[in-house]
Amino acid sequence: MIHSLFLINSSGDIFLEKHWKSVVSRSVCDYFFEAQERATEAENVPPVIPTPHHYLLSVYRHKIFFVAVIQTEVPPLFVIEFLHRVVDTFQDYFGVCSEPVIKDNVVVVYEVLEEMLDNGFPLATESNILKELIKPPTILRTVVNTITGSTNVGDQLPTGQLSVVPWRRTGVKYTNNEAYFDVIEEIDAIIDKSGSTITAEIQGVIDACVKLTGMPDLTLSFMNPRLLDDVSFHPCVRFKRWESERILSFIPPDGNFRLLSYHVSAQNLVAIPVYVKHSISFRDSSSLGRFEITVGPKQTMGKTIEGVIVTSQMPKGVLNMSLTPSQGTHTFDPVTKMLSWDVGKINPQKLPSLKGTMSLQAGASKPDENPTINLQFKIQQLAISGLKVNRLDMYGEKYKPFKGIKYMTKAGKFQVRT
Amino acid sequence: MSSNSFAYNEQSGGGEATELGQEATSTISPSGAFGLFSSDLKKNEDLKQMLESNKDSAKLDAMKRIVGMIAKGKNASELFPAVVKNVASKNIEIKKLVYVYLVRYAEEQQDLALLSISTFQRALKDPNQLIRASALRVLSSIRVPIIVPIMMLAIKEASADLSPYVRKNAAHAIQKLYSLDPEQKEMLIEVIEKLLKDKSTLVAGSVVMAFEEVCPDRIDLIHKNYRKLCNLLVDVEEWGQVVIIHMLTRYARTQFVSPWKEDDGLEDNEKNFYESDDEQKEKTDHKKKPYTMDPDHRLLIRNTKPLLQSRNAAVVMAVAQLYWHISPKSEVGIISKSLVRLLRSNREVQYIVLQNIATMSIQRKGMFEPYLKSFYVRSTDPTMIKTLKLEILTNLANEANISTLLREFQTYVKSQDKQFAAATIQTIGRCATNISEVTDTCLNGLVCLLSNRDEIVVAESVVVIKKLLQMQPVQHGEIIKHMAKLLDSITVPVARASILWLIGENCERVPKIAPDVLRKMAKSFTSEDDLVKLQILNLGAKLYLTNSKQTKLLTQYILNLGKYDQNYDIRDRTRFIRQLIVPNEKSGALSKYAKKIFLAQKPAPLLESPFKDRDHFQLGTLSHTLNTKATGYLELSNWPEVAPDPSVRNVEVIELAKEWTPAGKAKKENSAKKFYSESEEEEDSSDSSSDSESESESASGEQEEEGDSSEDSSEDTSSEHRSDSESASEVGDKRTAKKNSKSKGKSYSEDGEKENEKSKTSDSSSTDSSSEEESSSDSESVSESESEPESRKVAKNEKKKTKQDRNPLTKDVSLLDLDDFNPVSTPVALPTPALSPSLIADLEGLNLSTCSSVISVSTPVFVPVKTHVLLHRMSGRGLAAHYFFPRQPCIFGDKMVSVQITLNNTTDQKIENIHIGEKKLPMGMQMHVFNPIESLEPEGSITVSMGIDFCDSTQTASFQLCTKDDCFSVNIQPPVGELLLPVAMSEKDFKKEQGMLTGMNETSTVIIAAPQNFTPSVILQKVVNVANVGVVPSGQDNIHRFAAKTVHSGSLMLVTVELKEGSTAQLIINTERTVIGSVLLRELKPVLSQG
Repeated sequence: MIHSLFLINSSGDIFLEKHWKSVVSRSVCDYFFEAQERATEAENVPPVIPTPHHYLLSVYRHKIFFVAVIQTEVPPLFVIEFLHRVVDTFQDYFGVCSEPVIKDNVVVVYEVLEEMLDNGFPLATESNILKELIKPPTILRTVVNTITGSTNVGDQLPTGQLSVVPWRRTGVKYTNNEAYFDVIEEIDAIIDKSGSTITAEIQGVIDACVKLTGMPDLTLSFMNPRLLDDVSFHPCVRFKRWESERILSFIPPDGNFRLLSYHVSAQNLVAIPVYVKHSISFRDSSSLGRFEITVGPKQTMGKTIEGVIVTSQMPKGVLNMSLTPSQGTHTFDPVTKMLSWDVGKINPQKLPSLKGTMSLQAGASKPDENPTINLQFKIQQLAISGLKVNRLDMYGEKYKPFKGIKYMTKAGKFQVRT
Repeated sequence: MSSNSFAYNEQSGGGEATELGQEATSTISPSGAFGLFSSDLKKNEDLKQMLESNKDSAKLDAMKRIVGMIAKGKNASELFPAVVKNVASKNIEIKKLVYVYLVRYAEEQQDLALLSISTFQRALKDPNQLIRASALRVLSSIRVPIIVPIMMLAIKEASADLSPYVRKNAAHAIQKLYSLDPEQKEMLIEVIEKLLKDKSTLVAGSVVMAFEEVCPDRIDLIHKNYRKLCNLLVDVEEWGQVVIIHMLTRYARTQFVSPWKEDDGLEDNEKNFYESDDEQKEKTDHKKKPYTMDPDHRLLIRNTKPLLQSRNAAVVMAVAQLYWHISPKSEVGIISKSLVRLLRSNREVQYIVLQNIATMSIQRKGMFEPYLKSFYVRSTDPTMIKTLKLEILTNLANEANISTLLREFQTYVKSQDKQFAAATIQTIGRCATNISEVTDTCLNGLVCLLSNRDEIVVAESVVVIKKLLQMQPVQHGEIIKHMAKLLDSITVPVARASILWLIGENCERVPKIAPDVLRKMAKSFTSEDDLVKLQILNLGAKLYLTNSKQTKLLTQYILNLGKYDQNYDIRDRTRFIRQLIVPNEKSGALSKYAKKIFLAQKPAPLLESPFKDRDHFQLGTLSHTLNTKATGYLELSNWPEVAPDPSVRNVEVIELAKEWTPAGKAKKENSAKKFYSESEEEEDSSDSSSDSESESESASGEQEEEGDSSEDSSEDTSSEHRSDSESASEVGDKRTAKKNSKSKGKSYSEDGEKENEKSKTSDSSSTDSSSEEESSSDSESVSESESEPESRKVAKNEKKKTKQDRNPLTKDVSLLDLDDFNPVSTPVALPTPALSPSLIADLEGLNLSTCSSVISVSTPVFVPVKTHVLLHRMSGRGLAAHYFFPRQPCIFGDKMVSVQITLNNTTDQKIENIHIGEKKLPMGMQMHVFNPIESLEPEGSITVSMGIDFCDSTQTASFQLCTKDDCFSVNIQPPVGELLLPVAMSEKDFKKEQGMLTGMNETSTVIIAAPQNFTPSVILQKVVNVANVGVVPSGQDNIHRFAAKTVHSGSLMLVTVELKEGSTAQLIINTERTVIGSVLLRELKPVLSQG
């Protein structure tokens, strides 16, 4: 399946290569570079590029292209999904996935890649298993290894590989047993010029950080499971029980993982927690334009909106902007024409606003579209869909774990057309 | 990572210059670098020295640096001799890195690579499965043709390995060997065939991958494994799922008939299917009309459905394409929701999914229409995603939603991304042609766009309008006039050319404007683009033909200009046109037809989706994405007209029979002989505890023997029988062995009967039915010991027959396609309506067999001799009936408790037609009656067995026992201990299970009794006397553990007797079935405490 993998940085250097079958010359990447040039922007590089003898499938993350070389027919999503898994694994191992980090840990990277694929077919992709095979580098371990001469490589077959719960390593021990669940909901919305909602939907995930000793068996139930319209689970969740009782029953992997992601049915009206008042006008004759936006809370269920950031891609004709925010800081990059305003918290008594003028290119005609405003925000302790966890129970172990559930609502792809 | 390699990396990452100086020489190409080698020698010398040092740390550092070189793509091949020496290193990390090196360079240094082979051969025999597996991995990755025979041997051996992990690696090795030497194909297919039979979920994905790569055309290998694969699918790791689903899609398309023909008739067919399957069978028999879906076809569709919920996009896509290609049209709809969910994912995933949705939405708009808004474009989407979304929106457009869509499109047209804006205009054009209601609106909208400031937008609009006008022969003079005006301002050549063409085409409709346009164009001819020039020539020619009076001179002027143009195309065209239209002496016959040639009715261009014809590729494939056939693409065949024989997939019956038979004995025999397939189950459960487990099994086996020998010393015939079957199993395989254990079970029950009779001081003439049973089981094991599939089938048939004879009512339920319809046989469907979660669900999933290795039903430790009176001879007018519980899994149904009834005729006349009459059963209870007995001789006795599903309650089953003349009301109330089936599990598992059944699910009491009653054997005897439980081997002397599961619900029942100081003991029962638990506690307590 996957023949080789090349890692290419943004300046077009191949800084790592790995082959699982016979060696494929790195000149195959020339086709990729060609496509990259044609695409101008990194994110426009097509994920599938055919070449005379190979096919190049790539993903772009953390400013690195992960290019897999394929020789025969294979479901493209298979490769793409796998490459994303590779990136996730690196991130899990090293905290960040960047060129210098990969270069620094090239041996671990190599060992991990070796375990993840055999003959191009995925072998172990579960992070719990990989970490048993090859221990992630930590400062402490580096020190210990240099002194004792021990290695990062586990010498035993990870029990998970063969056990009935392949995602969990065995023999887990913690002094503080804790299980945290974050219910994070993102609102994807497109808001019309007049402020009416064109589309809005809620996508949620439950991320878990479970540090429990032994083999705990958890059940998580919701007050209102009917809200969840479409769900996808971590493999640990017992599908049958969800089907019959709408209860999440699972033996969790150790550490951080995404328990489930869900979609809240489109029938439910989505509460939009913020509104944006805008007045952006270009005049045909003048080289100045007026710009004014105000952000305010709408349906927030009494919670404060934090971390508000407003970004907007201004039209090419805008040379510069002179703006004064009532709070927060703003920047305008005259090259990329990107306006960014870091608002912070919204105080309902004193709504934040950004006012000023834009200087336009002299002589150029006025842009025919006003810029779209992208919004980011966070609301703590609120799941906007109203989803609530009812209870979390643990079976199988005797101790009392510390349980925590956190709710958060964020803006996903939240756009306001002006 | 050690500090040393850090240093190395800094050095090499820090300055390109140093790097070049130091290493480039050795990298570029070995031949080119050879001359400069000496300069580089020093550095590699240094590495060599490190590799040859005694210290592991130095070696490790060297290896790390070398791996760093490999990772950067630098050549490190000259270090091969030094590295290969370390292949036998004790240090695992060094070894691993050496493996990495070997796999990379062995192909280039074949002779030297051979040095390492012996190490791997040795490692292949290592007791550690991890080492065996990795040795096989590396050995098979060394692409050295000489070692092909060694590889072949290693693969064969590994495919029979005890460890599923090693077998998985063997499956991978098959593909490697095949790519190295395709001539091994036949041999490899044999191995694949063997591995396909493997029941481990670990192996399934890899072997199917090997199958796809080596012999995708050998569909016949799949038949026997089809149902198993379908059932295993949910538990296979995600990557394997993708491969298996793709393979099964192809399989289904060759083996089943199309479900698409009569969709309307489908619904009641389905009902039939669920109701009963002998009806189904009948239907298929008489050349079905209407269409009925093959149950196997349904099985695949049903079992893949949960995977739509997978977190892995590739799995979701695979299921989606399966539904698209093989499910009835009415059911495809469910995939859309999941596909739309994937759109939240990364850009690359979105790209592929959108492409597939685009193809689907052409054929079936309805599927994605509810999700229309999910395809609305955001300004932050990358262009490729935007255009794909547009494509889908166009496909979804219909009369109902077009107005909303057009409004949305208006926003897009204004987008700053001009490429996208242009694509939107194209889209509007397509909508206009597809939906006639809005054609005019669209046209007007597009005309408005003509006054747009952006040239690209205007140009695109012109082109689209041109196409639209061409399709509509109606008068659109105004628009053409408007466009003619645009010629003054617009500069984009395509647009100008389009306008000119339009005017030329419609020159008779705008007679005033056309010549003027030509005049203007003649003026600017020299400065126009080539494309425009050609159209000017065309326009001139057309006007010359229609309006030669006004334009003759102009045209000739233009033709003259064209004659001397730089571009030869234009010169060519000029010559051609001149010859055609300007009549002169040389012009041939053609010029007469010039008008017809130039002003012919031109067919309108078809505006269609680029995804229109993609559906002939299987969705979700690379070929579909690229819209060309990729190497190795396997065509999806069309549905066969007539389905191939569905019986080829029938294998299950025997296996299923085995599934719930007590396996304790058979295991013991087998573990002695090491049948690989047998011990796999142990391996599955846990690698480390496999030892203890097999111990536990053998222990329980011993106990069992102890039990029966103590109880009965004169079971001559049956013990003979057993030795018979044992010898048979020696030649047979696992199946036979298991089978034997079943037949043994039967002989057991005979024992019981015999005792029964003895104790009853009856005149024991051996009963008819039991001897029949014996002979049938005998014949089975004999025929099976030939251990060939055919003979197995024979055996199956035979068995079917015998069973049918005995209970014709249930023949189909228990024999046909058990796995589909019978909850026990499908591991996933085992009902555990339990409140508290249990591991069972997980455990069961891993293996096909219901009794996963941890919790498998074992043979009863002890069968009590106690009989109960069903009908006293006085009240039965001479007919006496006694019943007793043989403690065997019931053959009539998995939820039933088997009951043996011995009927005695104490009269001096024949009693005729003994049967069961009216049944009065509590809710939910079910009963399988014995076949009517035609007659019972005076003083005769007969034993029949029946099954009663007590629903895990101690409620009484009342029914009437009838003879020819009389009816007697009788009832059976089961002791709670008989509602259980013994279970064999290890102590570890017991504790684990117990840990999950605490709180509400635990009942306990304290027992006081004399110390002599607390010896292990006494406790054992007392407990098993009361309840049908299995003994769990215990590490502690003072704790005795017993495990069982309830017959109906399969809930675990764990009994613990913990001896305390003094003469007390704690009796603990853990079960989800708290009622039964407490009843059992009440029953056990007096038994244990009494003297």
